[in-house]
Amino acid sequence: MIERFEDVIIQTLCRFLVPFMQIYALYVIAHGHSSPGGGFQGGCILAASFVLLVIAFDLKEAKRRMTEKLNTIFTSLGVFIYAGTGWVCLILGGNFLDYSKLSKILPVDSVHARYHGMLYIEIGVGIGVMACMISIFLNLVTRGRHEEALEDKDLWNT
Amino acid sequence: MIWQLDLMLLTFVTICAIAAITVKDLLSAVVLLGAFSFFMCLLWNEMGSVDVAFTEAAVGAGVSTAFFVAAVYNMTRRTKD
Repeated sequence: MIERFEDVIIQTLCRFLVPFMQIYALYVIAHGHSSPGGGFQGGCILAASFVLLVIAFDLKEAKRRMTEKLNTIFTSLGVFIYAGTGWVCLILGGNFLDYSKLSKILPVDSVHARYHGMLYIEIGVGIGVMACMISIFLNLVTRGRHEEALEDKDLWNT
Repeated sequence: MIWQLDLMLLTFVTICAIAAITVKDLLSAVVLLGAFSFFMCLLWNEMGSVDVAFTEAAVGAGVSTAFFVAAVYNMTRRTKD
């Protein structure tokens, strides 16, 4: 499945398609609090663009763009942004994820602080979901043996 | 809500679900499951729940189909039972 093959049509199409998918995913994340969509859906579309990259090219190319270390950092960063926003609200005197208390550190009133707080949550969820979905897909496709899969060609040519 | 459209989509959903669990070829089952997800997405959209339909389209028909294809390629193509 991940065997490298040179197909001009598929590779050119994916080269054109991936940026538009990622722009659309960022749109879905950024407009999640005022229209359908949100962090989870946008993160899934971001992960789907990466899955398309793995299928059209090979695993080595995909690993060059998103290394295992970067993926782990992104997973932790998403959870950190989500929980960090909640804890900042807690420190400022409200409940966990009580966005209206963010008006004490943001230059807006409490209604707009609630509106912006939702956006921070969505960004955190989007990053976390994207990294987790990529991690699940890479583990499935290499049977959990990343380094051997990069060296041993026979592992995924079967 | 148009009940004729509802009934038609529900019929498609039922056909796809029954076909996905009876077919012997696992890759065909994955494709049928993707079709099931897509018809479920249309049904939810028709019932007015756009957010759920969007989630189903992104996760059910998009990412999980790729996951299942990746899993099927690492095992035998046909079921034993």
